[in-house]
Amino acid sequence: MPTATIPALPLLEDYPEGSVLPVEGADQPTWIVRREVLSRLALELRDNPETQFDLMLDLCGVDYPDRDERFEAVYHLYSLPRGERLRLKVPLTEADPVLPSLIDVWSACDWFEREAWDMFGIRFEGHPNLRRLLTHEAFQGHPLRKDYDPARRWILTEDKIYRPDPQPPGGDTDDDIFERMTINIGPSHPAMHGTFRVVACLDGEIIVASEVEIGYLHRCFEKMSETHTWQQVIPYTDRLNYCSSFINNVAYCRGVEQLLGIEPPPKAVWARTILSEFSRIMDHCVCNGTTLVDTGALTNFWYMFQPREEIYGLLEACCGARLTVSACRIGGLLQELPPDFEARCRNLLETIPAFISDVDKLITKNRIWLDRSVGVAAISGEEAVNRGWTGPCLRAAGVAYDVRKAHPYDLYDTVDFEVPVFQGGDVNDRFRVRMAEIEQSLSIIRQLLDRGMPEGGFIVDDPHVALPPKEDAYTQMEAMIYHFKLIMDGIQVPPGELYSMVEGANGELGFYIISDGSGKPYRIKVRPPCFPLMATFSRLMNGGTLSDAIATLGGLNVIAGELER
Amino acid sequence: MIGESWVTTTVDKLEEWGQNNSLWPLPFGTACCAIEFMSVVSSHYDMARFGYEVVRFSPRQSDVMIVAGTITDKMGPTLKRIYEQMPDPKWVVSMGACACSGGFYRAYHVMQGIDEIVPVDVYVPGCPPTPEGLMYGILQLKEKIKRDTRRRLKEKRADSDDSGSAAA
Ligand code: SF4
Repeated sequence: MPTATIPALPLLEDYPEGSVLPVEGADQPTWIVRREVLSRLALELRDNPETQFDLMLDLCGVDYPDRDERFEAVYHLYSLPRGERLRLKVPLTEADPVLPSLIDVWSACDWFEREAWDMFGIRFEGHPNLRRLLTHEAFQGHPLRKDYDPARRWILTEDKIYRPDPQPPGGDTDDDIFERMTINIGPSHPAMHGTFRVVACLDGEIIVASEVEIGYLHRCFEKMSETHTWQQVIPYTDRLNYCSSFINNVAYCRGVEQLLGIEPPPKAVWARTILSEFSRIMDHCVCNGTTLVDTGALTNFWYMFQPREEIYGLLEACCGARLTVSACRIGGLLQELPPDFEARCRNLLETIPAFISDVDKLITKNRIWLDRSVGVAAISGEEAVNRGWTGPCLRAAGVAYDVRKAHPYDLYDTVDFEVPVFQGGDVNDRFRVRMAEIEQSLSIIRQLLDRGMPEGGFIVDDPHVALPPKEDAYTQMEAMIYHFKLIMDGIQVPPGELYSMVEGANGELGFYIISDGSGKPYRIKVRPPCFPLMATFSRLMNGGTLSDAIATLGGLNVIAGELER
Repeated sequence: MIGESWVTTTVDKLEEWGQNNSLWPLPFGTACCAIEFMSVVSSHYDMARFGYEVVRFSPRQSDVMIVAGTITDKMGPTLKRIYEQMPDPKWVVSMGACACSGGFYRAYHVMQGIDEIVPVDVYVPGCPPTPEGLMYGILQLKEKIKRDTRRRLKEKRADSDDSGSAAA
């Protein structure tokens, strides 16, 4: 497991003895912080020029029932100017699981704090709206606590459903041109992509206040991963962002591989990079295609969906599935690549650009599209960072943060590519960033193909991690035993914890993995890239028209499976 | 008597034929399965070939609900409400392991099959089902509708025979 040095920060000297304790030997700088100093420390970490932790990536709870201080709230911070990471852990007792809310420091904390309350019952003092976020209104208890039975359900009846009534601050004013009207959109509404619910207070066509309700697809991924072996979690990761499931596979497997201290063979790394880029293209196609449909440009949807259908063909050849691929294994890939892998890839490289350029010609300078998108739902880079944005949406607002460049993994440090950045931060720029990224992805794939497929196996040669070949399992005693052990007991991951990240199609996709050595994950927290985006949706809608809200949601590319897990 | 029943049968047949060949689906898509559902309705697989032409997002205008994706307990009341808003006769296709049985989410927030709250006519297994799988499912539904109308017809005829003899 990689270890990191703890930066000797001068600011720590001002804190009472024992209130901030660095942890030795962690995968990234980690401090244990007493809650009394948390607010002050957070503000200082953000503003001190020596630290500048401006991005709050993730906040989650962890439950250790055997400890005196049962809960731990874990913050993952990132400093964009310095490229450094920091983890803060705040221990809390069961009797008094209360923390100060950090919304004022990082607005990103808003929904993350609600989630931690919902899942663990950690209370955040000063949070303006500490309601449950993912589970429903009739739910009792906090499901990610270790003593909560994974299958214990609560039934929601119609009369218990929460009915939000958003009102603009200041109440009724005389400025209103029309009578106020509150409307409900979703959860089963095509423009809400089937699973979100927005309640908007309208003045004519203008949204003056709104509230977003999610959790309609909360499928308990994190609880499920605690009840399955390490390999069995892979199919669950597919179903996070199901538009680019391969990238999720890679992110998860990389994390576990680092905990195990193994390296996948070069061929697997090569194929992972190529397929990740194809998945990114697919994801961008779906996002841009649906945004255009939502704004009425249906033709482009067909143009954007055809490359996707063709990439499905490639994935199907590699693993047999189109959508939920599960094509990675811890230590490598599921199986040998098909013999025509390179030919298929090259074929795709030739066909995809035509579709992209068709859409480009139809849309990029299209008057109607420009009217619908330029200046709509704009956000400044600074605000986007404070709200925890990453990925294409952040790059559309002028901040060039891309995990593939800032912290290269797989083969990204060996290829030439640019990180497209636009300045407007509006719907149009989000669209353009994605179009430009498709080009970059194609170029990455081309460079890798030119290099040729590396020789060797597709998975590590380690019987404790990789299943032995089927023929051997049938004919050799030893191979059969290994096969049996791996299927029955799973991979044995040593105790430890780690945050591993990749650039998902939608931003930084992180897996915070804790192992206690028991053969199953102790805790897996996904840092879903679209979570902070969706948390900002209400702010982006307010002040715009209802139709702008629809165009905005498409461009944020919020995937419910990943958002709500 | 004979003349009367002859007329009823034909209208029923006509109705059956119409019902069978112009099903208006309401996609209740929530998750990954919905993405595959989109593949089935778009040009490559083209569900329109089988009469499932007009995809409606309003329950009032549709007669078959295709539930594609995981249904959570939070979504349950909405699903039920939408089902109730559909006019009779109506059918439900449950697409994918999640809608059929909760799939591999045996979990605290996931409904273990939509048949807990709405009646299901056709279950399509798979995670997600292949587009071919879903198409097979909707063809099965057509068969079922045909059978149902036949049975209804028979019952009607038996009824009218009964009442006829009673009158005599
Ligand atoms: S059946 Fe599988 S593919 Fe379909 S919604 Fe459930 S998890 Fe997703």
